[in-house]
Amino acid sequence: MKQISRWFGRNLIRVNAVVAFTYLFIPVAYTFAFSFNDSAKSNLIWKGFTFANWQNPCGAPEVCSALGNSIKIGFLATLFSTILGTMIAFALGRHKFKGRSTTNILIFLPMATPEIVLGASMLSLFLTLKINPGFWPTVIAHVMFCISFVVVTVKARIASLDPRLEQAAMDLYANEIETFRRVTFPLVAPGIAGAALLAFSLSFDDFIITNFNSGTMTTFPKFVYVSAARGIPPQANVIGSAMFIIALTVVILGQIVGRKRAVK
Amino acid sequence: MAVFSAAKSRVSNISGKKGAMPYLLLAPGLIFLFTFFILPIANLAQTSTQTAVAGGDTGEYEQTLHFSNYLTAFMDSKEQFGRSFLFATLSTIMALAIAYPLAYAIAFKSGLFKNVLLVLIVAPFFTSFLLRTIAWKQILGEEGPVVPILRTLHIIGPQTSLTATSIAVVTGMTYNFLPFMTLPLYASIDRIDPRTLEASGDLYANGITTFRKVTLPLSMPGVVAGTLLTFIPAAGDYVNAAILGSPQTKMIGNVIESRYFKIVDYPTAAALSFTLMAAILILVTVYVRKAGTEELV
Repeated sequence: MKQISRWFGRNLIRVNAVVAFTYLFIPVAYTFAFSFNDSAKSNLIWKGFTFANWQNPCGAPEVCSALGNSIKIGFLATLFSTILGTMIAFALGRHKFKGRSTTNILIFLPMATPEIVLGASMLSLFLTLKINPGFWPTVIAHVMFCISFVVVTVKARIASLDPRLEQAAMDLYANEIETFRRVTFPLVAPGIAGAALLAFSLSFDDFIITNFNSGTMTTFPKFVYVSAARGIPPQANVIGSAMFIIALTVVILGQIVGRKRAVK
Repeated sequence: MAVFSAAKSRVSNISGKKGAMPYLLLAPGLIFLFTFFILPIANLAQTSTQTAVAGGDTGEYEQTLHFSNYLTAFMDSKEQFGRSFLFATLSTIMALAIAYPLAYAIAFKSGLFKNVLLVLIVAPFFTSFLLRTIAWKQILGEEGPVVPILRTLHIIGPQTSLTATSIAVVTGMTYNFLPFMTLPLYASIDRIDPRTLEASGDLYANGITTFRKVTLPLSMPGVVAGTLLTFIPAAGDYVNAAILGSPQTKMIGNVIESRYFKIVDYPTAAALSFTLMAAILILVTVYVRKAGTEELV
């Protein structure tokens, strides 16, 4: 008994980590398990094991059109927010200019504003301008809240660069454009890729802002929320689990590629 | 010599370029943020003092500078305001209690598995957060595994259930924002030089003193960033309360949402949104001043 308590004392922090990871993964495991549930509509109670949902992920009405909308919106929001945010990050990380602190505040504020306020304020602007909520208002709203996260991520990467690398390029008679194209940009690129991945996952998973600005258009999170009352079809669990597997594979591949580069 | 000074001037160029370039880089993004962040907030402020047009349709409002909208809105939902801040505080504290040792373990005790564990922290994000929240509802529900276990162990009575309670809402919120707490904590704990901890031990500080006087102060930026990233979205959240709670656990987000969509009362919704934002900004400013870190962004 004494030994056990001593072991716990020494390994408390590891025990806590195991408990925390279990807490994090219980709902993921649950979602995954219930994607194999043999129930046609309401996925509340375990009815039996089947692969049918995975073979036919679009089997439930609307689920794939909602998914398609989410992917389209996610792609456009990622594209625009990554471009705009990266430009701001370069200005902040590599240039001196007047109005820097105002810019920093303008970048920080959207992150310090609750999503419901962002969503509600954009909806009231669209309503005032007599623009109907729908696909493009949602894209615009997503770009808006993703920009700040892109700026912060890319700026951190730029700040961690050794300025001597750029100086060396210039000493070797590379002009500014060449230096940027062959030294600065390749070094910052992983940060930009990370920011893009972050923007996509923020946009893809967003519900609150989307709910305010999408009108009658359905996205995947909206589909889940609306069908929660009458039971979510197991196909939604299939899509959630598949996203998990795909994203995890992308991240792990990225890590492996990154490590190989580092070794070279 | 000329070559040298030319190179030098170009080098100094790069570390602090002046001229039009930064403004060209900033302009598109900042114009976008101005149009779709500042203008909407200003418009929200404008909406918040409107009143219904006499004899008009539902959803038709006119500007009357009716500032008492704020007072009425606040008095009608002060209970939900209080609950939002209470739940957000509770889930922030719980997330901090779970995440701090976790981030510490990843930074100092994980060895080769560091990157794998970091990926695992973010991994649950990839399954839609709504699916995970609904999973909690079923796990904590009558058919789920938790309630029978707690009943067998006599931790809860046979009549007590966990769904539609404050406990379920706070559990869901803690869960959903845990990665936002863990990542900044990890980032700042990982930066601590382990030799400072050894030095503290060499100076006869015990584990608790080392933590209080060395580890914690050095990780303060992470604590501040993590608590803000948890508290702010938690205070405005309504999804956890909608899925895991009951009408008795409604938060201010639920009120704003239903004012917009069900009652079509835009002025009240706008006044509530503005009050929420102001309350959060004031709390954040006071907190950041007290915690004493400026490097947030």
